[in-house]
Amino acid sequence: MALNAEFVGRRYPASAPYQVGREKVREFATAIGDTNPVSHDVFAAQAMGYPDVVAPPTFAFVLTHSAMGQAMFDPDLGLDYSRVVHGEQRFAYDRPIVAGEELTVHAVIEGIRAVAGNDMLTLRAEVMDADGNRVVTAHSVIVARGTAEEG
Amino acid sequence: MVESSSDQAPGAANHSKPAYADAVVGAEVISRDVTITRFDLIRYAGASGDFNVIHWNERIAKSVGLPDVIAHGMFTMAQAGRIVTDWLGDPGALKDLGVRFTRPVVVPDDERGAILHVAASVAEKLEKPMVRLDLTATCEGQGVLGRASAVVSLA
Repeated sequence: MALNAEFVGRRYPASAPYQVGREKVREFATAIGDTNPVSHDVFAAQAMGYPDVVAPPTFAFVLTHSAMGQAMFDPDLGLDYSRVVHGEQRFAYDRPIVAGEELTVHAVIEGIRAVAGNDMLTLRAEVMDADGNRVVTAHSVIVARGTAEEG
Repeated sequence: MVESSSDQAPGAANHSKPAYADAVVGAEVISRDVTITRFDLIRYAGASGDFNVIHWNERIAKSVGLPDVIAHGMFTMAQAGRIVTDWLGDPGALKDLGVRFTRPVVVPDDERGAILHVAASVAEKLEKPMVRLDLTATCEGQGVLGRASAVVSLA
């Protein structure tokens, strides 16, 4: 089934606040093999001017992926999740994510197009801090293999 | 995760940020071989919250047409990002990171695992102090990321 093109531009409500935990940052850094002290040692992070340990760059996806699920699992959109693969990912950083802060994610469907029989869904997710300042913008392209209608 | 690196101080934050004046277009600035085993994928699943079964269950992976269990695309992207932040020292100097996932990294259930080679080179000197890096990630000699690049702020 082709995706519902009327969903382009649709905005989803802000996600529930995500509390960035110091141990979660350390756990994530360890899982990707990142030994940079700025992600493990509070004093090392403070020496670099950060209030607490700094999350590795792709940690942002932990937040944005769950918020994007609102769109991906919206039954009216028509996405067949069993055929979904992650096509592209980009992050534009205003600043790094730091332990101890509370963040919300605002997801928007940016585009829907069909390429070579695949449906391509482009999602933008903006991560905002408690003061309403943007921290990072994630652009994701989700590909549903073989679901586009023959043109 | 076992690795070998061309960087003398992987993960060291105590080095100073590379200088814009020293950036030479075309020059590789850092590269690394990362060995990825099933253990790494399970640990990443837990840390990231991405429990998609194709990243840890061979039976399910094969049932959907994959050759075997594959690494999370975001795990591969994380390795590309990590060489950049290791080179920079300060993760805050990374302004933009983008990749296309072009080919899965197949991770067999053996002692050897998969070997991912990641590298970064200077693609373009933007307005001072910004530089664009080209990133490459290969496994078994084949590229697994396409159009991978980073924009960084140097000293």
